[in-house]
Amino acid sequence: MFNALQLLAASDSGSSLVFGLTIFALAIFLGVEVITKIPPTLHTPLMSGSNAISGITLVGAVLATGEYPGFAKLLGFIAIVLATVNVVGGFLVTHRMLEKFKSR
Amino acid sequence: MSRVWVDLVYLIAAVLFILGLKGLTHPRTAVRGNLMGAVGMLLAVLVTLVDKNVLGAGIFGYLLIFAGMVIGTGIGAWLAMTIRMESMPELVALFNGLGGAASFIVAGTYVAAKTTKEIPLDTSFATAASGLIGAVTLTGSLVAFGKLAEHPLMKRVPAIPNSTVTNAIVGGVTLLIALLCAISRSYDLWFWLLVLLSLGLGYCLTVSIGGADMPVVIALLNSYSGLAAAATGFVLENNVLIISGSLVGASGLILTQIMCKAMNRSLTNVLFGTLGPTGDTKDADEVYQNVKATGPDEVAMLLDVARRVVIVPGYGMAVAQAQHAVRDMANFLMEKGIEIEYGIHPVAGRMPGHMNVLLAEADIPYELLKEMDEINSSMEQTDVCLVIGANDTVNPDARQANSAIAGMPIIDADKARTCVVIKRSLSPGFAGIPNPLFAADNALMLFADGKQAVLDILAALKEG
Repeated sequence: MFNALQLLAASDSGSSLVFGLTIFALAIFLGVEVITKIPPTLHTPLMSGSNAISGITLVGAVLATGEYPGFAKLLGFIAIVLATVNVVGGFLVTHRMLEKFKSR
Repeated sequence: MSRVWVDLVYLIAAVLFILGLKGLTHPRTAVRGNLMGAVGMLLAVLVTLVDKNVLGAGIFGYLLIFAGMVIGTGIGAWLAMTIRMESMPELVALFNGLGGAASFIVAGTYVAAKTTKEIPLDTSFATAASGLIGAVTLTGSLVAFGKLAEHPLMKRVPAIPNSTVTNAIVGGVTLLIALLCAISRSYDLWFWLLVLLSLGLGYCLTVSIGGADMPVVIALLNSYSGLAAAATGFVLENNVLIISGSLVGASGLILTQIMCKAMNRSLTNVLFGTLGPTGDTKDADEVYQNVKATGPDEVAMLLDVARRVVIVPGYGMAVAQAQHAVRDMANFLMEKGIEIEYGIHPVAGRMPGHMNVLLAEADIPYELLKEMDEINSSMEQTDVCLVIGANDTVNPDARQANSAIAGMPIIDADKARTCVVIKRSLSPGFAGIPNPLFAADNALMLFADGKQAVLDILAALKEG
């Protein structure tokens, strides 16, 4: 295990991992800052809307379906269907909800 | 298109997601915020379609991609447009699950298509994480969906014996396989075994969690669906997935924390079902000795002479479909110059903010919906507090150190001059303890169905 980590630290993929982790950590902090300012009134739309954003995995599904052959292509297709339901349904239902919030 | 251009568009998409979330900080800008998020998603998907690797896929690859998107759009749009606002928690749970599933399946495509025998260690760790979190999200969400929708199947599911021990064992084995999967690095079988175990783990973890804790569970699964996407981003070395996934992960974690605080329970407490200090539960008959019942006419008279009225809705109001009747009554009172506000407890609905959506749907202006702390500060200047279908969230016993709900923040309905509680009976809420508010000196009970009671009060107001 320790050997493996040393190997990782010495390799190129190690630096790309650190780059990814940097982005991950910064985005988490940014997310916390932005989201703590959202009032409880809008917490349900926040959940459905952020849920739609997590459907970004659709991008990965499209890449996989395009690039990979055979069985992986089929898996990619399934992932596209699931992620698209997530994305389209999520944004639409959030829109439907937000339109109901009216002012006096 | 080359990787640089694609990555730049991904960056724009990520910025749009952040601006979109920022838009949600006010109801006025929220619709625009959501649209910005949708535009960001559209850009990200469009640029992926012209990525040079996807362009090389040929006509069959594109047909498959478009077919998937058409099917997904159809199902998603149908679900989004037909769902009732009461069922929003189920839908969000379902969408969480689909997102988690899509994420681990994408990691699976990477596993299935790998050309080299060994893959880099960081990628294999990310793949294992994606498989684990994504699969737990899928089955966890499906169980939450079943429980929230009160699907008949959920009632026939046998309880897991010694759930804490069983969950610990299943969780331990799954983590071990995840670790083995990560360090083996040539791992087709390991990965699918991990997925299988994680599916089981997601089921075990959620099936024994009680209905009252569902708001916490959905918020947590929301977070997982984001983390699964982020892990998949590490597998594909794709920054937009990492950024978006971690934003959602953070959002879900904050909501989880808020929900836990609103119920005064720790996350471990919710997840492992250990009960808090029960203290000595009071005897219901003793507590309810001096309950005073009232009728719609008396309530109408009280409201008629009030200057300020606070309405405290609980989920019981939504079950009785009383929102529209409540709005009509409130409008009638406001036309007479009476000040009306709504006090919303964070766990009043079945997911964070659910009650606000239900009231907004009944055309109740959002300015009148006040958070717990805000409404509590003005409760002593309130003539009538009208509690409709709420119980534990207004139980003054929460202020007693030896109560089962000790320390849970409540709406101070008992501090209003008069408190009227509309409820079918004196039956306890989720906490299973009697509520001394119902027998307080300044409290009156109106035993009726929420909707009918409000309609009767409105009729009496119009007559008087």
